[in-house]
Amino acid sequence: MSSHQEDLRQRIRQAIAGQPQPTVTILSSLLAVQDALGWLPAEAIEEVATRTGATINDVWAVASFYTNFRFSPPGPHTVEVCWGPTCHLLGAQAILQAVQEAVGLPGEGDTPDGRYSLKLNTCLGACAQAPALALGHRIYGRMTPETARRLVEGVNQGEAS
Amino acid sequence: MSTYATLEQEARSQWEALQGRPWLRVGMAICGRSAGAQEVLDALRRALERHGLPATLTPVGCLGLCFAEPLVDIQKPGRPRIFYQRVTPQSAEALVEDYLLRDNPRPDLALGTLGGQVAGIPPLEEHPAWKPQVRIATRNCGTVEPANLWHYIANGGYRGLAKVLAEMKPAQVIEEVSKSGLRGRGGAAFPTGTKWNFLARAPGPTKYILVNCEEGDPGAFNDKGILESDPFTLIEGCTIAGYATGASKGYVFIRHGHEGPITLTRKAIAEAYKAGLLGQNILGSGFSFDMEVVLTGESYVSGEETALMEAIEGKRAMPRSRPPFPAQVGLWGKPSNINNVKTLSYVPEIVAKGGAWFAGIGTERSKGTAIVCLSGHITRPGWYEVPFGLTLRQVVEGIGGGTSTGRPIKLLQTGGPLGGVLGAERLDIALDFDGMAQAGAIFGSGGVIVADDTTCAVDMVRNLVAFCQFESCGKCFPCRLGFTHMLEVLERIATGQGRPADLEAMRTIGQAMSLGSLCGHGQLGFNPVQSALRFCADDFRIHIEEGRCPTGACRPVLSLPRRTRPQPVGGWYARHAYAHH
Repeated sequence: MSSHQEDLRQRIRQAIAGQPQPTVTILSSLLAVQDALGWLPAEAIEEVATRTGATINDVWAVASFYTNFRFSPPGPHTVEVCWGPTCHLLGAQAILQAVQEAVGLPGEGDTPDGRYSLKLNTCLGACAQAPALALGHRIYGRMTPETARRLVEGVNQGEAS
Repeated sequence: MSTYATLEQEARSQWEALQGRPWLRVGMAICGRSAGAQEVLDALRRALERHGLPATLTPVGCLGLCFAEPLVDIQKPGRPRIFYQRVTPQSAEALVEDYLLRDNPRPDLALGTLGGQVAGIPPLEEHPAWKPQVRIATRNCGTVEPANLWHYIANGGYRGLAKVLAEMKPAQVIEEVSKSGLRGRGGAAFPTGTKWNFLARAPGPTKYILVNCEEGDPGAFNDKGILESDPFTLIEGCTIAGYATGASKGYVFIRHGHEGPITLTRKAIAEAYKAGLLGQNILGSGFSFDMEVVLTGESYVSGEETALMEAIEGKRAMPRSRPPFPAQVGLWGKPSNINNVKTLSYVPEIVAKGGAWFAGIGTERSKGTAIVCLSGHITRPGWYEVPFGLTLRQVVEGIGGGTSTGRPIKLLQTGGPLGGVLGAERLDIALDFDGMAQAGAIFGSGGVIVADDTTCAVDMVRNLVAFCQFESCGKCFPCRLGFTHMLEVLERIATGQGRPADLEAMRTIGQAMSLGSLCGHGQLGFNPVQSALRFCADDFRIHIEEGRCPTGACRPVLSLPRRTRPQPVGGWYARHAYAHH
């Protein structure tokens, strides 16, 4: 086993073992790994199965059910555009279009250069500031197509400089 | 061992210490943060440091006046609180220099005052968005530092629990809650006292109170709002529920990713343990109760009460068959009650002030207050706690200030996506669980999305059904396939390809869904279409007969997400899926 793989397993085990709450389950362990790595590699499914005494099938069943889990590494910039009904009424489709153009994607997914991951979110919970999008963990409200475009482009330039 | 008296004394002295110098509070709940409150907080901190001003700067939760975010509340010693609206980093610096240094309260930047008069600034008590409010569950929101136990106790917190433990038997607590007329605020409106009685009668000693803060309904943000602004009111309410029902532990169920409510609730629970308000032998009473935050992944159906138990157990959030009901066989097979955050947040005040006091607010069958979340084409989006009995018009036009576009209202979308829509002609019905149900809508979790007359009902319903399709858990095929099929039909209609038989086809699908689904997600699945057909039949007719959208909202739009199963990772899944590890 390569040292890279061993290192990955180590991080996964740490994430599973380091959960602060008393109740540890398949789901809580998967969430902990996703928080630590940003995605669930196959090794995570195996480690969670080992830890919780479940089968790989049981763990995969849970991982494939919840829509926040990823099975490939995300880009450094994750953009989530809200398409809840409030955002929809206030122009989410135009925001989405602007973001898609800014990152060069036709829909959800990762850019070929690996810089951006674009996701649609059923509701970010910021309905009073709609339309909203999230960059990483931060939510931005009262978006226009123009401010959304600048925000998304800016985050990449910010890192490049 | 702490007693309530010693805790109260400590809280009072801490609260009084705050009044001795300028106190700046910044709304840092999700609405504030998404409007730029972090930059405002940073600017205030820099300005205070630069001028060497002794002042307290506190991030607080949400006052509910989201339209005014970022909101800064400045209280100088002996003066009323002044709320400044739409503060920017620049105006934040100006406030420090003008009001704190030079004593110019800058009426031009102010929204209103609370607790006194300041020349040139209207009292918030007279503001149309504040005046009709009766703040019970939200009484501390935006005023106290969330997860600060001393702030909570100094504002009357934990006197309810102290009274319950010192003076009341569990059955008396349930009786008081029954007397209050409190009904569940998660959507079903079931009488809380009755529900607690089911659990109290179930055999112990291991029983659970499950607090539902999944809050997946787009347009509803009041559960997360309470936890982000005043988590102790929920923790105290949950502890009282535990005492009343003989439960041993409470779980607060929150969706992963909502960092504000998660972090603050966890912190508040830790503080409560430290003060002896959770854990063994609470306040020396002999009563013990534990609490913990558990997270769910992204899944709307995990907010359904039996699916929620599956998710806490770490499985797929798919509903269970009932019976057995959760009060007999619930989480990990133990008797359980599922209560919404808002429901339990009323409880401390109900026991402190008495059930009769609460029952005196609201209408005959809907007691107390409604916490309404306004969003959409509305001048003043936010969340507002008002007595039941106000009409929707009073809420939308009075509090909300009417449409932000100045155009007439066409639709209200209430109670989450499955609540469907309500036409503007029903604006004069009263806010009331049963009255709204009779009008063909549900009050649900309190979300009211306002849509003006540029909205096309077909486009709106397509969005709602796309949400429901995406969020179907997939357990019952009438729901899983029904939403998919209904969405295809709606997309056809939206793009002018509709056929006369389409409406009948959707009705047939809806009937099958309602008969053949285990939970409300499928059972109510036809509601969005049915309600839109009731109020906006013309929109559908014009689409189908003339092949055009009457408002132009159904432009060729980007497609909405559709739920499919994720692809297995390479050949790995196929190789390992059935291997026992």
